[in-house]
Amino acid sequence: MADSGAGIPGNPRRRKALQEMARFSGGAAVAATMLTGFGVSSRAKPAEALRPPGALPEKQFLSACVRCGLCVRDCPYDILTLADWADGPAVGTPFFVARHVPCEMCDNIPCVKACPTGALDHSLADIAKAKMGVAVITSRETCLNLQGLRCDVCYRVCPAIDKAITLETSHNARTARHAIFEPVVHAEYCTGCGKCEKSCVLNDAAIKVLPIEIAALKQDEHYLRGWEEKKKGGGAPLVDAPLKLPTRKPDAGGAP
Amino acid sequence: MTANARPYLEARAQKGLWASTRFWLLRRISQLSFLALFLSGPLFGIWIAKGTLASSMTLGVLPLHDPFIFLQSLAARHWPEGVAILGTAIVLGSYLLLGGRSYCAWVCPVNPVTDLAAWLRRRLGITYTARIRPELRLYFVVGVLAASAMSGSLAWELINPVTALHRALVFGLWFGAAGAGAIFLFDLFVAKHGWCGHLCPVGAFYGQIGRVALLRVAADNRAACDDCMDCFAVCPEPHVISPALKGERTGAGPVITSGDCTLCGACIDVCAKRVFNLGLRARSGAASIQSATVTASASRVAPTRRSPERVVP
Repeated sequence: MADSGAGIPGNPRRRKALQEMARFSGGAAVAATMLTGFGVSSRAKPAEALRPPGALPEKQFLSACVRCGLCVRDCPYDILTLADWADGPAVGTPFFVARHVPCEMCDNIPCVKACPTGALDHSLADIAKAKMGVAVITSRETCLNLQGLRCDVCYRVCPAIDKAITLETSHNARTARHAIFEPVVHAEYCTGCGKCEKSCVLNDAAIKVLPIEIAALKQDEHYLRGWEEKKKGGGAPLVDAPLKLPTRKPDAGGAP
Repeated sequence: MTANARPYLEARAQKGLWASTRFWLLRRISQLSFLALFLSGPLFGIWIAKGTLASSMTLGVLPLHDPFIFLQSLAARHWPEGVAILGTAIVLGSYLLLGGRSYCAWVCPVNPVTDLAAWLRRRLGITYTARIRPELRLYFVVGVLAASAMSGSLAWELINPVTALHRALVFGLWFGAAGAGAIFLFDLFVAKHGWCGHLCPVGAFYGQIGRVALLRVAADNRAACDDCMDCFAVCPEPHVISPALKGERTGAGPVITSGDCTLCGACIDVCAKRVFNLGLRARSGAASIQSATVTASASRVAPTRRSPERVVP
């Protein structure tokens, strides 16, 4: 074990040790690089795979979730599963597919309570504030209500009925005497539980829960809404005075 | 070193069946018990331990959290919450007392797989082994943490065959068991003790705890050694033996101080001369105990004399 003389430059044992070190570092660096690539690519989660309530945004979630399955165990409805290799989401992480089994939205949110690391955010106390995803009418062409029929199933099963999904009436041009009851999702109230997608009577659901990142609910920061800015400014006009624009009448003679 | 394909025969003849197989038996019982704690819930509805080895909750009061995964979380820049910190502290404390890599030999689900490969190797007389230095795994520890930091995710947990096998057994995710199958073939045909002894960063991490852990294997009765080499044949980390067993020449104590030792007790089982036993680290550096110690249980405390340079936690 004691490597006497290993510190002397030119010593063959020292050279061998250095060579070995370089070899190992090289091997470990290659392995680490491949693992890094794998780690980054694991962020690509299929859109139908939804995270449990309170899950951090996917990138942070993958740094926080230790794949222990405690949330899966404490889900009273056996809705969550851990991803196996072929399932799509990062191996070992919890997910559910709304079309198979939607979230039952327990009041006490046991899955979040069970999480030991905070990958499911413990500050989520009200399940109605969960954002597992957001429902979107993905197929206006096949939705029965939009054809003028009265299906209404997604509206009826919604736990936040009349808030997350409302029926908006409009004239049915096809029959010219009936109304169309269009289901409209209000993202502000939608938790992404997936009841609507699960219960859509069509073979391929016309309403689907999409991950927030795909539904893109964030407002553009650079786009300011005049009426909101006005409110923020205490109702004062945003511009000092109405702009004076030149009159462009052909024979007004005002313009040079 | 693998001169003897059946190294246990001599011990069995001289010490009897129990004294030559008890650590093997106790380890299998321990490994099965840890699995049973997690499986009693899903199989019979009796919930004892929930979760997996990565993080678990026992009877709703005892959180346990894998410290190596905790470290990866930190590298990935996530600061885990209270339960995970408490669970990590409990696990770290336990292995500081119980020997570090005792995790590998007594808890890890991959151990029976690699033990089977090592046993088959001996019985089939497979002597070919790729030359890999055991230090490679330390580089992998650094590599794994670097990958976590660079990808911002627990990258190692995507392929970690240790947690994958446990998930496979506890949650029925059978694809995850493929890694264990690959390890079996690797250990059998490519490198002797290839995975646990050379590559696995989980074991290498626990090995760092083992460097200071309290419980150790010691060659207390090393004067009785007759150089049969049986302990080298069965030890998954043969390089840890000689400094202690042959330490009289160098003045080293009889305690196996290397963190690589998994405390599997195979050397205790296999030695017909009862050279080895379990004991506390504190004797390291003290004069070897020459009395023919009856290798009793883990609770056996040998007469201790603290060496000045070693502080026992």
